Amino acid sequence: MSVAVNAPMAGKLLSVDVKVGDKVKKNDPVATLEAMKMEIKVFAPSDGTVASINAEADTNVDPTTVIVTLD
Amino acid sequence: MLDVITNQNFLYNVFGGFTHLTWQAIVMIIIGGILLYLGVAKDYEPLLLVPIGFGCILANLPLTELIHVPRELFVFHDGVREILSSTGLLPLQEGVRLVDQGILDVLYDAGIGNELFPCLLFIGIGAMTDFGPLLQNPRILLLGGAGQFGIFLTLMLALVLGYDKMEAICIAIIGACDGPTSIYITSKFNPSLLGPISVAAYSYMSLVPIIQPPIMRLCTTKKEREMSMSYDVLKPVTQTTKTLFPVVVTIITLLIAPVGAPLMGTLMLGNFLRESKVTGKLVKSAENEIASITTLFLGLTVGSTMNGDVFLTVKTLGILALGFIAICGDTAFGVFGAKIMNIFSRVKINPLIGAAGISAFPMAARVVHKVGCEANPQTYLLMHAMGVNTGGQIGSVLAASVMIAIITTLQIMQLIPM
Repeated sequence: MSVAVNAPMAGKLLSVDVKVGDKVKKNDPVATLEAMKMEIKVFAPSDGTVASINAEADTNVDPTTVIVTLD
Repeated sequence: MLDVITNQNFLYNVFGGFTHLTWQAIVMIIIGGILLYLGVAKDYEPLLLVPIGFGCILANLPLTELIHVPRELFVFHDGVREILSSTGLLPLQEGVRLVDQGILDVLYDAGIGNELFPCLLFIGIGAMTDFGPLLQNPRILLLGGAGQFGIFLTLMLALVLGYDKMEAICIAIIGACDGPTSIYITSKFNPSLLGPISVAAYSYMSLVPIIQPPIMRLCTTKKEREMSMSYDVLKPVTQTTKTLFPVVVTIITLLIAPVGAPLMGTLMLGNFLRESKVTGKLVKSAENEIASITTLFLGLTVGSTMNGDVFLTVKTLGILALGFIAICGDTAFGVFGAKIMNIFSRVKINPLIGAAGISAFPMAARVVHKVGCEANPQTYLLMHAMGVNTGGQIGSVLAASVMIAIITTLQIMQLIPM
């Protein structure tokens, strides 16, 4: 079952910190956002393997944006 | 040649600085040095602590005559009081000295004595603040109010400890965790406490990331801290609402507390400039040039009021201790306010966001986000906390305005001295 990791809040996506095929555990950081001049880590909601990266760095994101998908 | 050296004026001019150096001045110069160290090496609010520290050193070097503190003991040449005294209308009190104005006296009269500098700063703060998160979830404005209870707790404590009414009010307002508001209230009601109160306010503001987390953990269970909050419940706010908000708040709050006009009026003016989207140049100036220049002059002047005779007293130590209690109290009341809100509300909130109900913006919101994230990485509280934080900003200005209104009324009724 694939799990979509959405941006937790509106902000700018600074970087995606994983690659397709990377294995991640629950609460591992997968991306970095900037909101209100603060860097915020986005953590994996569950264990899995990164299936796809769906957002680009330096773009504005909001809670409807999927950043990565886990398998 | 020998004549020149033995002449007393020569000695006075060359060595006067050393012979007039008192132990109080030395201690104050060291304190100024510590403030500079905190600002430069530790990066604690450098924009404020550096000018305050330097001002403190300047003012405590003897014979510089840059500023005259305490101000009630001096009358300036060409001042209105001098003219009145020469015509015999106003007899000068015993012990009052007639002096020339120093450059810092000029700055003091231009912006601290009449409360202009804090108000100019408020235009900048208004221009920097996005009330969007607050408007998305207006009920959290109440938490901005709960966070102000520390002010009233400290007011009671200060009165119990024997500070007089005016002093107690100025000390309590440190709890708003808002430098300009503290300076505004103190210069209005008790200018002699300006040094200690502004130093306490700004120091504690910079220490928010150290002071708040232990209290937040103490007031909540791990389960409460772990609670995540969805962003789905927040409806987007239209630009029209954001634009109308500062105008409506100005009218309503000033009808309630007209004497708060300088604070609330300038804060909301700045925000209206931002949200109207047509005064980009003015917003930039308010955020940058005006705010920077005012911060420099404000810090320098406030620092220079830290005269050893006034500052090095038991009273100052008491003010620092009470200011600390005020900020701890705000944090705890904010968290418990959120818990109480959860009892009555269907949509539960993470009680940690209550701790952002102070005016230290956006620091308090960031601290809430970090503490929440430590307990559960899936808890992203930043934007919710930002809403409470802006609520706290309005709350502290409103609390100050209400306080001014009550004191002015009591003064008119002659229940407390003018």
